[in-house]
Amino acid sequence: MTVTSLPHDAALSARHPGELGLRESATFDRATIADIQRAAATGVYDIRGWGAKRSVPHFDDLLFLGASMSRYPLEGYRERCDTDIVLGDRHASKPLHLQTPVTIAGMSFGALSANAKEALGRGASEVGTSTTTGDGGMTPEERGQSKHLVYQYLPSRYGMNPDDLRKADAIEIVLGQGAKPGGGGMLLGQKITERVAGMRTLPVGIDQRSASRHPDWTGPDDLEIKIGELREITDWKKPIYVKVGASRPYYDTALAVKSGADVIVVDGMQGGTAATQQVFIENVGIPTLAAIPQAVQALQELGVHRKVQLIVSGGIRTGADVAKAMALGADAVAIGTAALIALGDNDPRYAAEYAALGSAAGYYDDFQDGRDPAGISTQDPELSSRLDPVAGGRRIANYLRVLTMEAQTIARACGKSHLRNLEPEDLVALTIEAAAMARVPLAGTSWIPGAR
Amino acid sequence: MVTLIGTETPAYVPAASGATATLVDLAESTVRDLNQALHEPHVQGEWTVTNSDGKHSIAVGIDAPVSVTIEGHVGYYAAGMHQKGDVIIRGNAGVGLAENIMSGTVHVTGDASQSAAATGHGGLVVIDGNAGARCGISMKGVDIVVGGSIGHMSAFMAQAGRLVVCGDAGDALGDSIYEARIYVKGTVASLGADCVEKPMGGEHLEELGQLLAAAGRTEQPSEFKRYGSARNLYHFHVDNSTAY
Repeated sequence: MTVTSLPHDAALSARHPGELGLRESATFDRATIADIQRAAATGVYDIRGWGAKRSVPHFDDLLFLGASMSRYPLEGYRERCDTDIVLGDRHASKPLHLQTPVTIAGMSFGALSANAKEALGRGASEVGTSTTTGDGGMTPEERGQSKHLVYQYLPSRYGMNPDDLRKADAIEIVLGQGAKPGGGGMLLGQKITERVAGMRTLPVGIDQRSASRHPDWTGPDDLEIKIGELREITDWKKPIYVKVGASRPYYDTALAVKSGADVIVVDGMQGGTAATQQVFIENVGIPTLAAIPQAVQALQELGVHRKVQLIVSGGIRTGADVAKAMALGADAVAIGTAALIALGDNDPRYAAEYAALGSAAGYYDDFQDGRDPAGISTQDPELSSRLDPVAGGRRIANYLRVLTMEAQTIARACGKSHLRNLEPEDLVALTIEAAAMARVPLAGTSWIPGAR
Repeated sequence: MVTLIGTETPAYVPAASGATATLVDLAESTVRDLNQALHEPHVQGEWTVTNSDGKHSIAVGIDAPVSVTIEGHVGYYAAGMHQKGDVIIRGNAGVGLAENIMSGTVHVTGDASQSAAATGHGGLVVIDGNAGARCGISMKGVDIVVGGSIGHMSAFMAQAGRLVVCGDAGDALGDSIYEARIYVKGTVASLGADCVEKPMGGEHLEELGQLLAAAGRTEQPSEFKRYGSARNLYHFHVDNSTAY
């Protein structure tokens, strides 16, 4: 549309299009137009970091009821509300005992700088929670700085070795992640430095496209045998997690339990990635909110809810999110994107540098590019050096404490002496969609759409 | 605990060594007992395992200079994540033989199922018979010598190490291969994306000769052809999009 009702005026171009009565297409909005034009110019699909950016029903669509006449609240600051959690006591002789249910999700050295990984380890250790390796093996810095370290077992098996397996505190068999259920890892050439390449046995500077399926097992029956092997190698000491991207969490959870997992990790579509096709991130998988009740239902039907622990990730930002995930039946949560933000990702103080990269603070998602001004998703020595691992660790610890205290605030208000005592009955939904997905009633009603 | 039902001087131990073998009968002991015993500090010597009966995860996670002989067939992941020692399987092996092997040797006298030596980082895996699909998938430095033929998608995304095949190779050999080197004496049903035949240089004949000798083979290096990466997929290019 062109403006015809007004005289042509140079001042017009400075005004917001909306003020002129111009209408943007909901179907072909500016981001879509930019995507089409970028595809036409390059012939390559868009690869980026971060998780799904589209709006989906989320924890924001739930509210806690709190205590009232019929419920008895706990005194803040005076009455205990415990937060500790044991993970992996189903079969492992050395389960993890964490002081907060907020853990750090798997992110690789390679995707992240060594300083960022060290900071995550320092912060997690300070508050007594776990951090997790990623698709690229375990670094000595990370092991050294992490009191509780979960070692991921991925299809690529980059850097996988029995020595590190025995050094780990738990093993997480990764079948998928929320950003890309069914997709393999990616690390573009600019981040494959000599050290990263060495750890992954790859040539320096090539585009790494990891396998999406495990090389030596297929399906749940094989997985049971594979878990048996990992237990044998580690003499049944280590908890074994199975991580899935949220797609069919009811069946995936049931099959993981049958396969012998100690802990199930379900990662919703808002969960982040360091590099994945945008079309994948935005169109595959289901929201975290929809995944939790399905996973919990499977655990309950098998009689193992709380015995096989459930860790939920994908869009956890606040203590309210932590409390809501736990009220729906999770035993713990994992944070990834939020932890990177706590370290300084998308900080407005880098506004000028984001602009120079064609992005902006709050929008930056080119983790695949290795030019992160915050020094987090990069292997560039100069950029990496901007992130002080000690100061970063302090920020992570602060943030983890806030998440924990916020969750405690809500739990006490609901009369719960442990975060894990939160329950679906404490929740209502603001929208019909959230009520149906979370399986809690629409606020002010007893209606759970889809409930029988 | 392993039930030790006696020691003997097995036929395969040179008489001069005077060594005695620890005998573990898996009809009496569990695989858990065997593996725990093999993981004890300072474990060493000769071990003989009987009644393996296709059980899974036999002799996994060895990290010691032991010599283990398994008299019979084994199931999945035999000698998985193996380090330092030598394992001989007098029989056939199931899926994932010596997966992620780091060092040492694993020798199967019969056939091996799919994903043999998958993701192996080092060491030597010798299969006297045939190997199934995905032999050497994602191999990262292991050397594999197969006396017979191998199945489809072998050396898929193979990163490093050498795969020697004295028989034939199935479809899509070396698909998306990185820097591993493949030597095949017989026919190749088809090559996978970005895998090409390469000329045999002196250094290739030499390393192949060493591998054949290490595996106790009598084939001559000159009878083999070499395959490896064309390196066209190392960086994404729109003109290669049909190869993905």
